[in-house]
Amino acid sequence: MDYATLLQILDSTLRLATPLLLACLAGLYSERSGIFDIGLEGKMLAAAMATGAVAFYSGNVWVGALAGIGASLVFAVVHGLASITFRGNQLISGVALNFVASGITVLIAQAMFGQGGRTPPLDGAARFNPITLPFADALGTVPVLGPLYREVISGHTALVYVALAAVPLTWWVLYRTRYGLRLRAVGENPASVDTAGVSVARLRYSAVAITGILCGLAGAYMAAGLQAGFGREMTAGRGYIALAALIFANWLPWRALAATLLFGFLQALALRPDVIERTLQISIPVPALDALPYVLTIIVLFGFVGKPQPPRAGGEPYVKER
Amino acid sequence: MTFMQKFLGAAATLALTTGIASADPAIIFDLGGKFDKSFNEAAFAGAERWAKETGGTFKELEMQSEAQREQALRRLAEAGANPVVMTGFAFADVLTKVAPDFPDTKFAIIDMVVEQPNVKSVVFAEQEGSYLVGMMAAMASKTNTVGFIGGMDVPLIGKFACGYVQGVKAVKPDAKVIQNMTGTTPAAWNDPVKGAELAKAQKAQGADVIYAAAGGTGIGVLQAAADEGILSIGVDSNQNHLHPGKVLTSMVKRVDNSVYEIFKEGADMKPGIQVMDLKAGGVGYALDDNNKALITPEMQKAVDEAAAKIGSGEIKVHDYMTDNTCPVS
Repeated sequence: MDYATLLQILDSTLRLATPLLLACLAGLYSERSGIFDIGLEGKMLAAAMATGAVAFYSGNVWVGALAGIGASLVFAVVHGLASITFRGNQLISGVALNFVASGITVLIAQAMFGQGGRTPPLDGAARFNPITLPFADALGTVPVLGPLYREVISGHTALVYVALAAVPLTWWVLYRTRYGLRLRAVGENPASVDTAGVSVARLRYSAVAITGILCGLAGAYMAAGLQAGFGREMTAGRGYIALAALIFANWLPWRALAATLLFGFLQALALRPDVIERTLQISIPVPALDALPYVLTIIVLFGFVGKPQPPRAGGEPYVKER
Repeated sequence: MTFMQKFLGAAATLALTTGIASADPAIIFDLGGKFDKSFNEAAFAGAERWAKETGGTFKELEMQSEAQREQALRRLAEAGANPVVMTGFAFADVLTKVAPDFPDTKFAIIDMVVEQPNVKSVVFAEQEGSYLVGMMAAMASKTNTVGFIGGMDVPLIGKFACGYVQGVKAVKPDAKVIQNMTGTTPAAWNDPVKGAELAKAQKAQGADVIYAAAGGTGIGVLQAAADEGILSIGVDSNQNHLHPGKVLTSMVKRVDNSVYEIFKEGADMKPGIQVMDLKAGGVGYALDDNNKALITPEMQKAVDEAAAKIGSGEIKVHDYMTDNTCPVS
């Protein structure tokens, strides 16, 4: 494999990993607070639709992205109501919301535009346009690292950099702030947090809201960054891959980056069967590569690679002792 | 008790009225969705045209999941719809099972052959249309490399790919054709993001014309091609208007005409196999204001000559589905 091909695959990796990373971090906040969220997919889908529709009407992609975040937040709040306030089953609420999102996005888009649940194509300022980082062209001539900077790091849309910046930010919030300490505690042992006089429900709602915002960004990136509009079911299961990445990453922010980059890389590699064949001298069927993220996650769950440590109070509604 | 009687009575009346009201034709759209700007949308256009011309009404149903197929088919047949048209090869197994249960209902399936006494099978010679657009792709390519992106990896899409490759090689025997399939599940028809990445990956390998036969995924391919400044080829419906001046042409499959004809014949539709090839006007390439500037007179002449030769049988385009292999790649 020559260097230019590698750069192209890495470039593709970064694009494909970004929605996974945003969704994975979204799941991280929610699950660290003890609320399982299988509805990442639905939130991304709702956000993608809202972004596509509002960006088309306003002609401004940032307004569209805000609408996307809003739509995703609505779903997040419903999930919060079901699982925090009414102490329902979190998995069922998540699955139900996925179904709702799958149907309602098409319904609304069809009612608004009559193009079969698709939003009209976006262009110009209604889309996230690639940003060329400073000195990209000047540094491009530096051997090895120059092209890497110019081709892979530079030239993505704004949300890619937002997603990358969200990783250290998440680490800082979780491990260096009082809020983060409480958030982790409420996912491990909500009773102790309650005893300390901190509201479990409020903490969990805040975590679920952050999940909503991040999923909203993921959806906005898909509709206005990777594509030029919303199409039905366009998330194509990425919310579930993000969940797999979250387990793979053992609910840790830096590992979430590593896991989503790995999964993105596998997806990008699956697009180039010719490269695999040339490098390894054997041909691996593309479906096998597509399935690899899930296979890896199952291996991790078996405990072959360290012991997975999910938040201990995850999935259990908190009931105050009487 | 009285409640139950009332309820049953109401249900019976409802069942009766629906039975009387609907000797209407019906159409079931496959998972790509009614407005996929492609295959299903063409079928819908045909049904609409019939409704507009005759003033009739028709029933329609959009599939939402794989599990609904049999239920959808039975429900329409039980409601008395006749004929029942379904778009898509994926209905074949279910129809083989359902058709004998409704001997008085006529069924029509597009893109697949189902041999039952009350079923009409309409198949298109996609390889012939794909051959023509393959020739155009080869002539428009400056890098001698063209691409093909299929949806779900099924023999039907192999038929598109194989015809396309044959067309490319007929013009430039040394040209390279990069082929990718989006996936192996029905989700592959609706993943524009992956389609766009595939298009970018093919461009990185030198392709400058990409033919997408991938339903909703193709929207992503056409978008990425337009963004990257290379040409693309649409499929099934005329997709030239999606990115004017950036879509070389579209391989059109006149599903609309077939649906229109079937609806027009109504319950008198004749069962059997109907092959819609180039000669019958079933397939072809699209030429309109949006791509006029891209098609040179030489191109058009060469393609029209080839079309005439295919019609007369002088050029034989291999059909992938006859033996599941392709002589060229």
